[in-house]
Amino acid sequence: MDLQPGTFAFEAWTARYALWRGLWATITTSSFSIVFATLAGLIFGVALTYGWWPLRLLVRLYVDFMRGMPVLVLILFTYYGLALFQVNVAPYWAGVFALAGFATAHVAENLRGAVQSVPAGQMEAAKAIGLSFPKRLWYVIVPQAIRRMLPPWVNTCLEIVKGTTLLSVIGVVELLLATQQVIARNYMVIDFYLLACGIYLVVNFCIAQIGAALERRFSYIRY
Amino acid sequence: MGEEVLLRARGVRKSFGNVEVLKGIDLDVRQGQVVSLIGASGSGKTTFLRCVNLLEEHDGGEILLDGDPIGYRMEGGKRRRLSEAKVSAQRARIGMVFQQFNLFPHLTAEGNIMLGLTKVLGKGAAEARDIAGHWLERVGLAERRGYYPYQLSGGQQQRVAIARAVAMQPRLLLFDEVTSALDPELVAEVLGVMQKLAESGMTMLLVSHEMLFVRDVSDRVVFLDGGQVAQAGPPKEVFGNPESERLRSFLGRMHGIFGQIA
Amino acid sequence: MIQYYFDWSVIWRNADRFAYALGLGLSLAVISLFIGSVIGIACAMARVYGARWLSWPVWLYVEFIRNTPLLLLVFFVYFGLPELDISYLDKTQSFILTLSLYAGAYMTEVFRAGLASIPKSYTEAAKAIGLRPWQRQRYVVLPVMFRITLPAFSNNLISLFKDTSLAAAIAIPELTFVARQINANTFRVMESWLAASALYLVTCYVIASALRRLERRYAAIR
Repeated sequence: MDLQPGTFAFEAWTARYALWRGLWATITTSSFSIVFATLAGLIFGVALTYGWWPLRLLVRLYVDFMRGMPVLVLILFTYYGLALFQVNVAPYWAGVFALAGFATAHVAENLRGAVQSVPAGQMEAAKAIGLSFPKRLWYVIVPQAIRRMLPPWVNTCLEIVKGTTLLSVIGVVELLLATQQVIARNYMVIDFYLLACGIYLVVNFCIAQIGAALERRFSYIRY
Repeated sequence: MGEEVLLRARGVRKSFGNVEVLKGIDLDVRQGQVVSLIGASGSGKTTFLRCVNLLEEHDGGEILLDGDPIGYRMEGGKRRRLSEAKVSAQRARIGMVFQQFNLFPHLTAEGNIMLGLTKVLGKGAAEARDIAGHWLERVGLAERRGYYPYQLSGGQQQRVAIARAVAMQPRLLLFDEVTSALDPELVAEVLGVMQKLAESGMTMLLVSHEMLFVRDVSDRVVFLDGGQVAQAGPPKEVFGNPESERLRSFLGRMHGIFGQIA
Repeated sequence: MIQYYFDWSVIWRNADRFAYALGLGLSLAVISLFIGSVIGIACAMARVYGARWLSWPVWLYVEFIRNTPLLLLVFFVYFGLPELDISYLDKTQSFILTLSLYAGAYMTEVFRAGLASIPKSYTEAAKAIGLRPWQRQRYVVLPVMFRITLPAFSNNLISLFKDTSLAAAIAIPELTFVARQINANTFRVMESWLAASALYLVTCYVIASALRRLERRYAAIR
């Protein structure tokens, strides 16, 4: 291969560490956001479905607020807002916080929909054998809801990965900003943006594959 | 009959909005008895059954199981709702089989039976598996223990559901139109299982449209009409000597479908 | 924690900028949805009725767009086109192009699902009364599909409106850009972002309820 300065292969090889660091930031911010959002979303979702009505109203307001706002505004608001109250957080964590907060709303709404789509007879049968409420949820409703939750949950994960590009706006050097920094050195605009597209494609493909595997894992739950 | 009264209902009332579905039901089920509720749809049979298992809360009157009021306790002459945990414990003493089977689709036949044994009665997995195996054998499905509900026919699902209910060793077993959702050729296998249970001395309260079965298996038949008990007695008496015009016309309609009952 | 004193006068002084920004964002979204729908119809038809050589490039386009972050696309088009000696697009036009291509991919999926969900009996009935192929599309399939896809339309308009916030990244003065500028110039952090948030929320709500009305009017077909 022609490894002269100015060729794409050469420049890509030169930039490999910068790009890898960017990709790593994309992967870690995505992972943190997905984990936080999933945990918080499950709790919020249960509150949204079964909560005492004032709690339900509160969570409903939160969910609708988050779903009506552009993610970029959430990220900027969180970033500048936290700084205002002299909470010293790195842009990295402000970004994860905002992304997770956003995705929490989606997971919660998703859980509510999934739980409500489980036939009422399931809850009754679980009551009839004397299971307590937490056990009814955990052993009967949740396993069935998970199957219905999976496809939209995978979608949310993909949205989060794509959403991490917005962290570049507050200076987190994730894959997009890393790519732009590389482009600023070598001016190979098309090549490196395409490379970034390719990498995102691969990451998303992996997530989709994991999602498909999970769906197969739960495919024995049928009516 | 000398056996003690297991379930005693007195003046049970229940309304949904403005519609009063149960207008004061009196009913006794004695230990070891099979009592059948019959009546047109909308007469309150299913609602009464659901009140017994606390799937609905009755508004008035009392339902006593072994002398304990169901769903509440008396405190200074007032009804106090029981805690969720107490309600669950009461439900565990009453088994219920549903029209739509309601098997848990994410668990195998065996897993369906084991869930209550392990999570409610606190039995170990090995013991629960033995019990599940025993009951699956009793309902003739020993070799289907590892099957998921969708791999079973309706009749098989309903037999698993019955096994799930009896395995909890309830004091009383409720059957809510358990053959209504089945294809006609699958009804017999489920009724057969129920008959064997009745012969083994299980106390049963059932809602059914299978009049021949009701006649053969019941100790008492209770005809509900418009949310009230219109006639009650041994099957011979109720089917052979219907007192009211309503019961006669009800039996007449059933007669057309199911052949000679009395 | 410090005390924060609200001073809303900043917002009132800049009310005209906010109003302009809101109008700009809405226009960007509506124009992109329109162009995107045209792209979407064409691509959906190509995927459903087209030959292989026509349907797989459409598949490629849809998958490429749906798996690429929008901000990356925005930069790609904005910085990349001049590299290909296409430099007559200003930043607003470049953004509209990006958002239209983006909307096009999503609308393709919407229309494809819409076409797939039309019962065969409709086309068969249309055939039976002797309509020609394009007449069947024009008078039967497309009208039915539009009614089926109406809810997806409003969802897409709302998310496109939210996506116009990314135009701030290439300095188009829509809501996010204005809020950020006022934030930077005046340090009225809470006021500027709360104002922008409120405008986004209210606009999304208004779009949703307006389109729900429209849906109800046309919901005759189920």
